[in-house]
Amino acid sequence: MTTTTATATATASATAAVRFDGVSKQFKDGTVALTGADLTVRAGEFVAVVGPSGCGKSTLLRIASGLESVTDGAVQVDARNVGYVFQDATLLPWRSVRANVELLAELDGIPKAERKRRTAEAIELVGLTGFEKHLPHELSGGMKMRTSLARSLTLQPDVFLFDEPFGALDEITRERLNGELLKLFQARTFAGLFITHSVAEAVFLSTRVVVMSGRPGRIVADIAVPFDYPRDHDLRYTEAFGAVCGEVSHYLRSVS
Amino acid sequence: MTTTLAQSTDTAMPASTDAVGGTRRRAASGKSIGRRLRGLVPPAIVFGVIIGAWYFVSNVVLAPRLRYMLPEPHEIIRIGFMDSHNLSELMQALAVTTKVTFAGLGIAIVLGVGSGMLMTQAKWLEASLFPWAIILQTVPILALIPMISFWFGYGISSRILVCVLIAFFPIVSNTVFGLQSADRGMHELFSLHGANRFTRLWKLQLPAALPAIFAGFKVSAGLAVIGAIVGDLYFKQGVPGIGTLLSVYTSRLEGERLFAAILLSSLLGVAVFLLFGWLGNRAVGRWYNANRG
Repeated sequence: MTTTTATATATASATAAVRFDGVSKQFKDGTVALTGADLTVRAGEFVAVVGPSGCGKSTLLRIASGLESVTDGAVQVDARNVGYVFQDATLLPWRSVRANVELLAELDGIPKAERKRRTAEAIELVGLTGFEKHLPHELSGGMKMRTSLARSLTLQPDVFLFDEPFGALDEITRERLNGELLKLFQARTFAGLFITHSVAEAVFLSTRVVVMSGRPGRIVADIAVPFDYPRDHDLRYTEAFGAVCGEVSHYLRSVS
Repeated sequence: MTTTLAQSTDTAMPASTDAVGGTRRRAASGKSIGRRLRGLVPPAIVFGVIIGAWYFVSNVVLAPRLRYMLPEPHEIIRIGFMDSHNLSELMQALAVTTKVTFAGLGIAIVLGVGSGMLMTQAKWLEASLFPWAIILQTVPILALIPMISFWFGYGISSRILVCVLIAFFPIVSNTVFGLQSADRGMHELFSLHGANRFTRLWKLQLPAALPAIFAGFKVSAGLAVIGAIVGDLYFKQGVPGIGTLLSVYTSRLEGERLFAAILLSSLLGVAVFLLFGWLGNRAVGRWYNANRG
């Protein structure tokens, strides 16, 4: 488990998977990244966070994962396992796809037989079957990201943190991976917290979109996305979708 | 991150990526054989010119009584290598020098990689130890020779010590550099999953460091040969090495045997260098070279 202030009370708050309570963060160099951020992600929710560059979006995730501590406030993560997908695929270049996918389960001490089983399953889920023996340099950007995703899936996370995972990909690959991520979201019951720059991506994926202001980051809007899952690719081109995007954009413009 | 290629390969995944990779590899190797052969021509011409100039100097420039300064190539081969007595003397010496080289290099590898790993365990360790490694490197090895003879005598252990001293630094500096080369994201990934020091070293830092470490081995391998020959020259007790023979032949003005010994010691240097290049390629070539290219 990787939480900062989580006490192991799995039953206490069954609905809140991740909860930020008045979280502030000031770095050693004096930069204030977050001020009084309140945000709750409930089990089964997929929340996207959008905001201008450098507004502390990533800091939220780093705090939730325990990579950074809070200056003020509290974070509670109620999960047995937390998945964290970085902006870069962060694959070990000397390990094959299979060995990379296996890495986290290995670090978490999951027994070998179970690890192998989960690895094979995760590779199949992200559509990398047949590429198990490839090395990262032999993969495209999208495939690297799939590998990274599969690596977190082996932990069977109930909370999944995404730090702009598809930001560096071209649009076609990004949309394809968005679709596949949604399939995963439906198949498993994890709560997702997804950081992105892209309004369309945020709306397409999530049940709620949270808009953050420029530095120091505050949460300025929390917009419910009314579309049911499964969502079809063509949803992006409907009027209702455009309207939600418009609303998110409106808030974004007002703060940046 | 590479994104430009992603589009095409990712949309039509399985078949096309494999095919593209395959043809590219085949095309590259097919070209390189022809190129390699053609690449051999210019150095071969230079070799011919040098041999020609050599014969010219031996026969025309040098008077017969001075010919020991540059004996004719075929004489070097006849006297140095075809004469069984001379050859066995050379080969025995070569074996000794080779042993000293590998013993010194082996010790330098253990000490260098070991202390490199130690230094990367804490900032203060690196700050307090690394400057001394640099100072060791800057002391001229020849200046230490009298001291080494005081402490360790004139035998084989002193020769090995010279090798260790000369080969140590590139290994330790490359190990330290390599162990610090794993990027921050990877370290954070390991931190998130509570990896301890040992796991981090074994599964992240050490594999990431291997290319640098092997580059250090390669440099040190060449230096160790030099160290062994310098050691032979100064510490002559016990079985003679190639360096010992170099000074013996020089003092007797035996030019042919001297050049034969020089040739052998160069070959030893080349062989050791190639060996470590090959080992490095075996260890990390598959992912490292491709990543750079």
